[in-house]
Amino acid sequence: MQFISTVLLDGLVYASYLFIVSLGLTITFGVMKILNVAHGSFYAWGAYLASISIIYLGENEYNSFLYYFSIFLAAIIVGIIFGYIIEKFILRKMYGEDIHLIVLATFGIFWILEDLILIVFGVDPLMPYYPAMELGGLEVAGVYQGVYSLTLAGLATFVAFVCWYFLNKTKWGKLLQSVIFDREVSVSMGIDVTKVYLITFIIGGMLGALGGAYVAPTISVSPGFAIDVVVMSFAVVVIGGMGSVPGALIGSLIVGMLRAFAVHQAPVLELFIIYAVMAIVLIVKPQGLFAPPKPRKI
Amino acid sequence: MKFNFLKSGAKVTLAVLFAIGTLLSASVNAKDTVKVGVVSFLTGPAGGPFGVPAKQGAELVIDAINSGTMPAPYNTKGFAGATMNPIFSDESGGGTKQVALFRDFVQKQNVDAMIGYISSGNCMAIGPVADELKMLTVFSTCGTPRLYEEKLRSHVFRTQANAVGDSLAAAKYIAEVYFKGKVTTAAKMYTGINQNYAWGQDSYKFFELGMKVYMPSAVGSSKPQFPKLFAGQYGSEISALSLDKAKVVHSSFWNGDWEAFVLQAMVRGFFKQKIVVSSVGGSGVDSLGKKFPDGVVMGTRGLVGLNVRDNKDPLNVWFVNEYKKRYKAWPLGPSYQYARSVLAYKIAMDNARERNANKFPSQQQVINAMKGLRFKSFVDEIHFARGDGHQAVHAISYGVTKYNKAKGEPGIEKLRTYSASCIYPPAGVKSEDWINQGMPGRKCN
Repeated sequence: MQFISTVLLDGLVYASYLFIVSLGLTITFGVMKILNVAHGSFYAWGAYLASISIIYLGENEYNSFLYYFSIFLAAIIVGIIFGYIIEKFILRKMYGEDIHLIVLATFGIFWILEDLILIVFGVDPLMPYYPAMELGGLEVAGVYQGVYSLTLAGLATFVAFVCWYFLNKTKWGKLLQSVIFDREVSVSMGIDVTKVYLITFIIGGMLGALGGAYVAPTISVSPGFAIDVVVMSFAVVVIGGMGSVPGALIGSLIVGMLRAFAVHQAPVLELFIIYAVMAIVLIVKPQGLFAPPKPRKI
Repeated sequence: MKFNFLKSGAKVTLAVLFAIGTLLSASVNAKDTVKVGVVSFLTGPAGGPFGVPAKQGAELVIDAINSGTMPAPYNTKGFAGATMNPIFSDESGGGTKQVALFRDFVQKQNVDAMIGYISSGNCMAIGPVADELKMLTVFSTCGTPRLYEEKLRSHVFRTQANAVGDSLAAAKYIAEVYFKGKVTTAAKMYTGINQNYAWGQDSYKFFELGMKVYMPSAVGSSKPQFPKLFAGQYGSEISALSLDKAKVVHSSFWNGDWEAFVLQAMVRGFFKQKIVVSSVGGSGVDSLGKKFPDGVVMGTRGLVGLNVRDNKDPLNVWFVNEYKKRYKAWPLGPSYQYARSVLAYKIAMDNARERNANKFPSQQQVINAMKGLRFKSFVDEIHFARGDGHQAVHAISYGVTKYNKAKGEPGIEKLRTYSASCIYPPAGVKSEDWINQGMPGRKCN
């Protein structure tokens, strides 16, 4: 019982982290059909901006509520600034080009933003541990868990709910679904697709930055730490179906749970199991488990 | 007429080429400077806690030797009289990229020697290429024993002793200090969390072998953790280790991985439940300061870094003071390790010149002088006594972290030092065979 509850909890925490990070990637792909490799940069910049804010607040003993405020603020700032610049001045000029060229462009942007981190923040690691230390640990089924890490599950639930509500209950969400389904029909129906693209890219960036900003208090924030995040998010999105929000949720849960189980029972299979599942999904259902339906064009 | 023009043009060209050639050959013969590539992580997660302090350690000692301001016995100016012109380079990017950069250093930049390398993976990739290109290379920090146990190297030296001693000393410390050689607590007693590549795998393997010798009745866990390098998230691993009955947890984590693990484990009370032994986690002690948990068994891969901050050896006092003055921080293990490699190069250069009737030595003469060299480092003695005189051994120390409230800085207590003859096999014997035979001939102080 202790084993099962611990594996479930570990899996849930890791899945929550993956969901927050991969959601932005899948939304961007769903709407814009762009595999945004620069998503990792949003993650990294979110983490850095939140880190310097939290360290400043912690060292000067400000109210701890401000830690969380700074995390969300960092995500919003990074999403708006980088999302706006990248979409408007780079990607917008490339729509219609070969999809591989656009992926290469985002790959280039990723490395430019990585180097920018070195210039702005240097190479020394940042450790904004204050929120995680403050919340401490909690015994669950005989195993101490970090409370801050557990709040990731709450954040993921909140983000999933907001996303569901936005997509299904608001006019903007319906417009977005329309563009996901068919861009050309959406344009012919008078939807300002250019504006939808910009807003989508900014939101996707904010979600990536939120992942980095929220995780920052539990890690050593240092240059290059976001590279693996892109790879792992990509695995989640491929399993769930590129462009599918429920797919990102289910993909995260599958990866999170399997990884936790492997770590507890067969640590050597920890990475193998994730990519084995990805390979099986690609063989059985190449579009992913929850890929959005594609209109048949005549 | 036009032929005259061509002839005079050819003369001018020849004259210019001759002048350039003369200048070049003059500089080669005189050797006012030696050009050396110094490679460490300058970007990526290993940059801040490892690569940059390593570069700074090298830079400090190079400058001091160039200006002749290092204390005795290294107060002679230069490297065989020449000034070193270091070219610092980033070690990030993996083995393939580093091999390409190494070739570039040798074939295009015409360096005289190469110093550095932190990652065991990179050392394993560079070693054969250095021999192939016949380039004197002094590895500073990487620790995999495979480097010399799989093949002897003609042009490669390593001033850092390999991971075998780090792991055996850790096991010996645990046996002596915590259990006095007997298992009195849980039957299953030790486990580990190490990065899944050469360094992590080797470190745990030799820790496990060491435990079998020092505490034969202890049993290792069947599920030691090997997360990938730079994984960053260790929630599941910490849970798995917490559920494991093993009391002792060995880790050779380094770079940002160690700091991330400590942060995530600390809030879960992990360090209160387990005896954590880290073979190379000194960087985290400084970066986390008073938040770093007390009671962690800490090694620094030799008599360097955190474990020798209070050592009063004049060379050590000079190094610590100059480093703090210049970089506003304590020198870490890698700072010492790179500085030691620079020292080894200087001593070999100076010795080779002396043996060469005070003429500037050739690379082969420097290699001959370095082979088997024994020299005084900042605190301890480095001896190229293994790997046919190319692989150094030295003492290893372990202590327990204890924050010094009076000084307001991290500290270490219960220090124990193990001599090289206690934790390394005799020359020519493979480490694993030696340990499995019960470490015959070991001499422990």
